[in-house]
Amino acid sequence: MNDLWEGLWQAARLVLSLDADLYEIAARSLRVTLSALVIACAIALPLAAFLAVQRFRWRRATIAILNALMGLPPVVVGLVVYVMLSRSGPLGVLGLLFTPTAMVVAQVIIIVPLIASIAHQSLRELWAEYHDLLISMNAGRMQRIATLLWDGRRALLTAALAGFGRGVGEVGAIMIVGGNIDHLTRVMTTAIALETGKGNFALALGLGFVLIALSVMVNLAIHWLSRTETGGRW
Amino acid sequence: MVSALLPMRATGACVHRRGKRLIGPVDLVLEGAGLTALIGPNGAGKSTLLKAMHGLERLSMGRIKWACGAAQAQRAQAFVFQTPVMLRRSVLDNLAYPLRLHGTPREAARAAGVEWCERIGLAGMEGRQATVLSGGEKQKLALARALICAPQLLFLDEPSASLDGRATREIEALLRLATQAGTRIVMATHDMGQARRLAREVVFLRSGKVHEHAPAAEFFDAPSTDAAAAFLAGDIVD
Ligand SMILES: Nc1ncnc2c1ncn2[C@@H]1O[C@H](COP(=O)(O)OP(=O)(O)OP(=O)(O)O)[C@@H](O)[C@H]1O
Ligand SMILES: [Mg+2]
Repeated sequence: MNDLWEGLWQAARLVLSLDADLYEIAARSLRVTLSALVIACAIALPLAAFLAVQRFRWRRATIAILNALMGLPPVVVGLVVYVMLSRSGPLGVLGLLFTPTAMVVAQVIIIVPLIASIAHQSLRELWAEYHDLLISMNAGRMQRIATLLWDGRRALLTAALAGFGRGVGEVGAIMIVGGNIDHLTRVMTTAIALETGKGNFALALGLGFVLIALSVMVNLAIHWLSRTETGGRW
Repeated sequence: MVSALLPMRATGACVHRRGKRLIGPVDLVLEGAGLTALIGPNGAGKSTLLKAMHGLERLSMGRIKWACGAAQAQRAQAFVFQTPVMLRRSVLDNLAYPLRLHGTPREAARAAGVEWCERIGLAGMEGRQATVLSGGEKQKLALARALICAPQLLFLDEPSASLDGRATREIEALLRLATQAGTRIVMATHDMGQARRLAREVVFLRSGKVHEHAPAAEFFDAPSTDAAAAFLAGDIVD
């Protein structure tokens, strides 16, 4: 219990004293996860819409695989990305191992299935509602996908936020591919793991509280943005 | 214009779902101008037949032939569903949607939308979310959204089911204007008064089959089958 209070105190101290290290790793956390989120959304949302509107042979299998991939252990993803990017690996020439880019790659792989599954779930319902109308109006495949993405943007936001939550709190994979190098690849979660390992529970907890605050702030900011965009009508 | 699409000939058309026959075999010729009223008891297959003609229900047997190709025919048609489907957008964007779909520039589509809003008595509601409209407002919006592309053939599935007297009159006026402008209409309805007021011919459907197909005056004055007579008298027909 004492550790908790001490952690809160540390969090307040770090934030208020404008601790340079804290702001650096917090900014890096945000940068890595937001980059991964943008890339993952660009892949997952059209994929989800495509799976909703298009009947094809391997559709059910694809959806099942996507759902299964949601439960992929991040550590294993990290390991696979590590092997791919390591000097002797197939993508070793790119020299990406132990860089923020490698962390983005790992996070994209982890959150794409999550975002795609959640998005597909709601877009499928929307498609059931729209199906007859859009077929009747002769909307082409791209127009159907665009309509679903636009009219379902509220639900897609929820999917994206779930992806952000999973990404920003992820530690196993980015520890492996990033290496937790100070001033280069250290982010909030790996810093917490490090401080915990060193026995600095209060500092670790402090960082934890800052991470939670960060995550809440991003959620609120995105919700607020979407509010103003739709005029708050629904 | 109409001649490009009609006549439509359905021969032995059937729709099955999980081994159950919903309609058919239906033999029906659709030609000429004006409005055809599709009437019959609940579950007779009116909605299913409309959707089959529009290409939304796949035929399990028989065929429906148009004077032009099926794809071209479908493009010249519009459909208003029994339960109106509202896009989760503003009223104006709902009206502009079909125009935008087929390449009308944004400004022209919005202008047309504003004009139709006025025509259906929804002026001032352009910016409102379509999903929060009342049932009757949704029906009027769905009709306007179908008419905005000036279709050659319009299928209506009970367009005034939840409208009050005044809105019903407004809609009937719109339908008269549309037929005068050359739009062919096929309308399922339970409102015999409305069918009398608007229809040139009547198709009486019963248990998924065309039971009678006659000019409206003839059908209402002297139906040639007992079932139709009983239906018109308000007796239960199954
Ligand atoms: N998806 C479906 N699966 C199974 N049966 C269906 C399906 N859709 C319709 N039916 C059945 O087909 C028959 C015809 O339905 P349809 O909706 O065409 O009737 P309708 O004449 O339009 O009735 P109403 O006047 O109530 O609108 C009904 O018996 C209905 O139960
Ligand atoms: Mg019906």
